[in-house]
Amino acid sequence: MPEVTMTVNGQEASGDVEGRTLLVQFLREHLRLTGTHVGCDTSQCGACVVHVNGQSVKSCTMLAVQADGSAVTTIEGLASGNELHPMQAAFHENHALQCGFCTPGMVMSAVDLLQKNSSPSETEIREWLEGNLCRCTGYKNIVKAIQHAAAGDAA
Amino acid sequence: MSNKLVGQSIRRREDFRFLRGEGRYVDDIHRAGVLHAAFVRSPHAHAIVKNVNADAALAAPGVVGVFTGADLEKDNYGSIPCGWIITQRNGEPHHAAPHYPMTRDKARYVGDQVAVVVAETLEQARDAAELVEVDYEALEAVIDMTKAMEAAQIHDEAPNNLCYDWEIGDQAQVEAAFAKAHHVAKLDLVNNRLVPNPMEPRAALAEYDKGTDSYTLWSTSQNPHMLRWMLSGNVTDIPETKLRIIAPDVGGGFGVKIYCYVEETVCLWATKQVGRPVRWTSDRSESFLADAHARDHLTRVEMAMDEEGRFLGLKVDTTANLGAYLSNYATSIPTYFYATLLAGPYATPAIYCNVRALYTNTAPVDAYRGAGRPEAAYLLERIADKAALDLGIDPVEIRRRNFIQPDQFPYDTPVALTYDIGDYEASLDKALTMIDYTGFPARKEEARARGKLRGIGLSSYIEACGVAPSSLISRFGAGAGLWESAEVRFNATGTVTVLTGTHAHGQGHETTFGQLVADALGVPYDDVEIVHGDTSQTPMGMGTYGSRSMAVGGSAIVKACDKVIEKGKKIAAHMLEASVDDIAFDDGTFSVAGTDRSKTMAEIALAAYVPVDFPDGLEPGLDENAFYDPLNFTYPAGTHICEVEIDPDTGVTEIVEWVAVDDFGTVINPLIVEGQIHGGLAQGVGQAMLENGLYDLESGQLVTGSFMDYCMPRADNLPSFKVGYTNTPCTHNPLGVKGCGEAGAIAAPPTLISAIANALGVDHIEMPATSEKVWRMARSAAAAE
Ligand code: FES
Ligand code: FES
Repeated sequence: MPEVTMTVNGQEASGDVEGRTLLVQFLREHLRLTGTHVGCDTSQCGACVVHVNGQSVKSCTMLAVQADGSAVTTIEGLASGNELHPMQAAFHENHALQCGFCTPGMVMSAVDLLQKNSSPSETEIREWLEGNLCRCTGYKNIVKAIQHAAAGDAA
Repeated sequence: MSNKLVGQSIRRREDFRFLRGEGRYVDDIHRAGVLHAAFVRSPHAHAIVKNVNADAALAAPGVVGVFTGADLEKDNYGSIPCGWIITQRNGEPHHAAPHYPMTRDKARYVGDQVAVVVAETLEQARDAAELVEVDYEALEAVIDMTKAMEAAQIHDEAPNNLCYDWEIGDQAQVEAAFAKAHHVAKLDLVNNRLVPNPMEPRAALAEYDKGTDSYTLWSTSQNPHMLRWMLSGNVTDIPETKLRIIAPDVGGGFGVKIYCYVEETVCLWATKQVGRPVRWTSDRSESFLADAHARDHLTRVEMAMDEEGRFLGLKVDTTANLGAYLSNYATSIPTYFYATLLAGPYATPAIYCNVRALYTNTAPVDAYRGAGRPEAAYLLERIADKAALDLGIDPVEIRRRNFIQPDQFPYDTPVALTYDIGDYEASLDKALTMIDYTGFPARKEEARARGKLRGIGLSSYIEACGVAPSSLISRFGAGAGLWESAEVRFNATGTVTVLTGTHAHGQGHETTFGQLVADALGVPYDDVEIVHGDTSQTPMGMGTYGSRSMAVGGSAIVKACDKVIEKGKKIAAHMLEASVDDIAFDDGTFSVAGTDRSKTMAEIALAAYVPVDFPDGLEPGLDENAFYDPLNFTYPAGTHICEVEIDPDTGVTEIVEWVAVDDFGTVINPLIVEGQIHGGLAQGVGQAMLENGLYDLESGQLVTGSFMDYCMPRADNLPSFKVGYTNTPCTHNPLGVKGCGEAGAIAAPPTLISAIANALGVDHIEMPATSEKVWRMARSAAAAE
């Protein structure tokens, strides 16, 4: 079994995985970082989005071995200490989550959107979220949260 | 009290764990030595299972066991129950066919559980499941509802695949109304099958403890006590005292997680069998196949009217698909949660409905957000539009003419319900103003200049929520009451633990119940902790669905708080050396009327647990529970209006405006209520133009079995909904609340279809109004011009 080593939320993590082990399985099962979720088996829901070398990636669509040597950030690594990341704070303030299952992927995806486009329009936000499904919120408050985070007035 | 929290948009306290990735869903829970289950599912819609050969699977690496329904049968595992008995037209009960945890004879739908493999790792379990050889004899697949009664027999217990033939209302009265009618509007409608798809797939983790001969089952359940009741009372020999069910954080439910399923039952059995914890987490493909589906009606609706468009009589004939087996509440949905709502907000004097519910070789069908009520609202609002078109009356006007008027409440409908209160025109008027109804023709013209077809549509719905008054539903055939429980427990230091029998899976009860209790007891919000979802912690409760948590569960909490205050008064009377009758309670303080002598809630709580000189008859402790059984359903109602623009060249429909005006009675937390509306609307929009659970009529394969084929609403399909309220507080619960969880899913389909049909200039378009369907209709409409 191949061994993989990566930096996860700033800490080195390694483990023996099967060739077919997905990055999300490595995170959830080997590292017990269960904040990253699995909502589908066709790479469409985005519940599993993490950052690999700073880019949002669906971790169900990447093998653990492909992430060997990378820097991975999961939802658990986003806040600094007790202080929420501005995107997390904006989600809270705007009631952009209900059951919370899509939330980690949504937040990680939204953070990457603002890295790429610091003031997206509503249409751009909605189009960017095409790969993230939420069954609870109807998206309006997620869009609003991202707009607020972009404007820097999360709280 | 000055700073009441009820009515304020308090940000949710549960958010923090979810935002940090610290939620604990079933699949996140780890138990040492856990084994993994993988199910062998039938690839056939209908087939005799002649033999299961597990030799190769048993020899595969990591496999601990391979089991079938016969193994569970040996341990007395019985059928999963359907708890609602429908009395048919002929007076007989519905034809109940058993649903064993893993089939014992035939596979009855694609995905039916035939065997289970338990192995050290999930990969090993899945690999070995592929090695299980099942010998099937394929039979004719019964998929098409219109032919099901003449097709192959699915269950011996149900001749002609008929589960029941049921009716409600006065047929003779309706016929008389039709005989004198000026006009009868008619429509044939399909209410499309839906796959609910909460984002967290179902999961189960079972652990048997030999020392105490007891079980713990972590389950993605909306109602852990009901699940325990069914497992202990019907399916297994395990007494409730030996079965603990924990429903931790649950990632959305919408109905689909109400039920007792085969997979969790099998995990429960298997953990004792193999002596280790056993887990199963559905993947999305399995969810599509084996979660309970929803809706799936074929209906003919006819409305008789006078010259002015006043409704005289309504006749409804529905065929409902219940799927291959009866899910726990399946029988009640197309009957008592559907046809009892056929008055809608209208004063139609005579109503008759006949429902034939059928077994087919498809996944079981049960409640999903709205459950029966969306089907009722859809047909009523579609026929109201058709009636308006037929008579050349404005669709707003025809609704106005038929609304039940505020002075008619309480209003007895011809279909078994009594509405307590409402003001339907108030919501309609507000919605018309919000969308600028009179400005629509100009907007339509402006859109036409851009080559777009703009349409406007509305619906005025009513629903029955706050499920449910036990005595009423027991007359309807329910096998359980739908009261709710609460326990309000002061701790010695003055903090409060509130235990509720409801369950939150996105609704934010930790926040809203906290608001309620902080106000009622005058204690700091942060000192109130809400506990739910664990049968060994909370009192027996009925869970969360049917927009019941605040109306029924919240009322139980209020009742328990009242008891705490009564008890507190006795303690205060003793401490203040006054008579109980002279003690007043306000905002967390007990005081002697007309004096400045008082005690705070915290002082009373401490004294309750340090009862140094309590007199005879005054018990220590400050911990009260209450059960609340509602006196009636609650009746939220409202009007939604939307505007769409259709590109006739592509058929793409853009929703450009949506206003939702709802009367939910008192609103505890507007932010959370608005979120519930948005979510319900998204699901309703999904039903109206995107989602379709489609089986191949020949093979019975689920054609829309993944997110690639089943179109879930995405952010770019939806508009920014505008929300408004009116308020006629519920008359029969202490909070005046009615419930808000399902309104959007009920109102959205008829609203959107109304707007699309209006844009296309047609009477009706079938759901889902996909771009292709819209494009075809736009083309034929253009060709006809
Ligand atoms: S789990 Fe659905 S996209 Fe990764
Ligand atoms: S909050 Fe439940 S799926 Fe998005």
